[in-house]
Amino acid sequence: MIRARAARALPPTLLLCALLGAWELYVQASQTSAFVLPAPHSVAAALWDNAGLLAGNLAPTAIEVGLGIAAALVLGFVLAVGVHLSPLLRRAVYPLAVGSQAVPIAVIAPLLVFWWGFGIVPKLAVIVLICFFPVLVTTVDGLMASDPEQLKLLRTLDASRWQAFRFAELPAALPAAISGARIALTIAVIGAYIAESQTATTSGHPGLGREINADLTALQTPRAYAAAFVLFAFAIACFYSLALAERWLAPWAAHPRERGAGA
Amino acid sequence: MATELQSRAQPSPLPAAAAGGIVVENVSRAYRGSRGEAVPALADVSVRAARGELVAVVGPSGCGKTTLLELVCRLQSPDSGWIASAPAALMAQRDMLLPWFDAVENAALALRIAGHPRSRARERASALFGELGLEGFQRARPSELSGGMRQRVAFLRTLLSGKEVLCLDEPFGALDAITRGEMQQWLARALQREPRTVLLVTHDVEEAALLADRLVVLSGRPGRVTAELEADIPRPRSATDAAVLALRQRALRSLALSARAEGALA
Repeated sequence: MIRARAARALPPTLLLCALLGAWELYVQASQTSAFVLPAPHSVAAALWDNAGLLAGNLAPTAIEVGLGIAAALVLGFVLAVGVHLSPLLRRAVYPLAVGSQAVPIAVIAPLLVFWWGFGIVPKLAVIVLICFFPVLVTTVDGLMASDPEQLKLLRTLDASRWQAFRFAELPAALPAAISGARIALTIAVIGAYIAESQTATTSGHPGLGREINADLTALQTPRAYAAAFVLFAFAIACFYSLALAERWLAPWAAHPRERGAGA
Repeated sequence: MATELQSRAQPSPLPAAAAGGIVVENVSRAYRGSRGEAVPALADVSVRAARGELVAVVGPSGCGKTTLLELVCRLQSPDSGWIASAPAALMAQRDMLLPWFDAVENAALALRIAGHPRSRARERASALFGELGLEGFQRARPSELSGGMRQRVAFLRTLLSGKEVLCLDEPFGALDAITRGEMQQWLARALQREPRTVLLVTHDVEEAALLADRLVVLSGRPGRVTAELEADIPRPRSATDAAVLALRQRALRSLALSARAEGALA
């Protein structure tokens, strides 16, 4: 068991080592300034020296990502169900949802701060705006893709619209919705960076995004890289914890796809 | 959704005749082909099944057998003609088990839809598993069952719908010969115990002769009724009974005749 797990961790570890090695060599060979591209060893040193500071800044960012993604999942899912059940809502909401993805956050950031101040709420709003979309699109597609023959069967058994949704469409859409959630969760991390960059904060630990921007301005490039590395690792951890959730929520999706046997 | 379908069905002049049974009168149905042309599936078909009667519909593939069943189950409307039927449950060719439910949950689907509490519905369905040779597979997912087992779970689901009319579309087509024989005997016994009106579509003439009170022979596309054979044979029947064999011969002859007639037309 442990051996198998170690064997699975080997390829990404090797790839990471190779990339870090190439990076180190490149920096040494090209004499690139540490302000532009710090070498991996100096990033590692910055990580070690600033572990407390980075951990302190990871906390608010992780909370933003956690709450933001939760709200985005709920919003994306509820909108998807609404869009699926109501053609009117589909025509009304879908184009606007697509358009919302093109709105530069900087345009609306002052408004968000004006409404909700320097706390976590405007940051959550930014993350939700960025992350609800993949959930919406994948869930709508998943709901549309349910087997028409299954719906026919439910009709002959006198299932109501709600029962057809509950017994067939919803479980059929769940794997797609979870895929959407995985995409959303991954971009939620960069969403948190954007949110922190665009909306001011007054608290002592402003989050990793703020930290990165402050370090870059102060020419503390290795520490900015170290903070970025923390975001990198955090995104990976989020992604795989959701994969575990999928195994629990939709175990049938882990098997080869069911399409009904016989003819 | 069901009520909406009911109300869309035409006001039939034949509801009294259908009480507990099926009346299909002069029904035609065509599909739109890929180039928009009308492709007739059924032409002027009339079939009746009295309450508690098992009518087998046999015919070559593509004769509109599935269309006939979907019309009776109100999944489609006829282009012309009348259909009246007591509430009907359909067992389609594909088993249509829901992969996210275990076997019992699939079998109990109609009970859940009817609003029975989950534990009671599962109990009732589970009690019938032994009789169908499914004991011990209650909690198996559909992907873990053999084709024959899946078919039996689908069959159980249809029975548990509690509808007076059962529309069976090649119900045992995917089974091996031995299991098929067992299932046919089981169906005959189950219907004797708890009579239902059954419209059985099959291309297995022997199965039709073994189970049916009456055989309706359809021609190839578009389906037309070319013969109706009474099967006045006492039960229990066996595939080796002289009367069953004779009926099988007559049905095969009707099928061959209609095929030859088509050949002459073409």
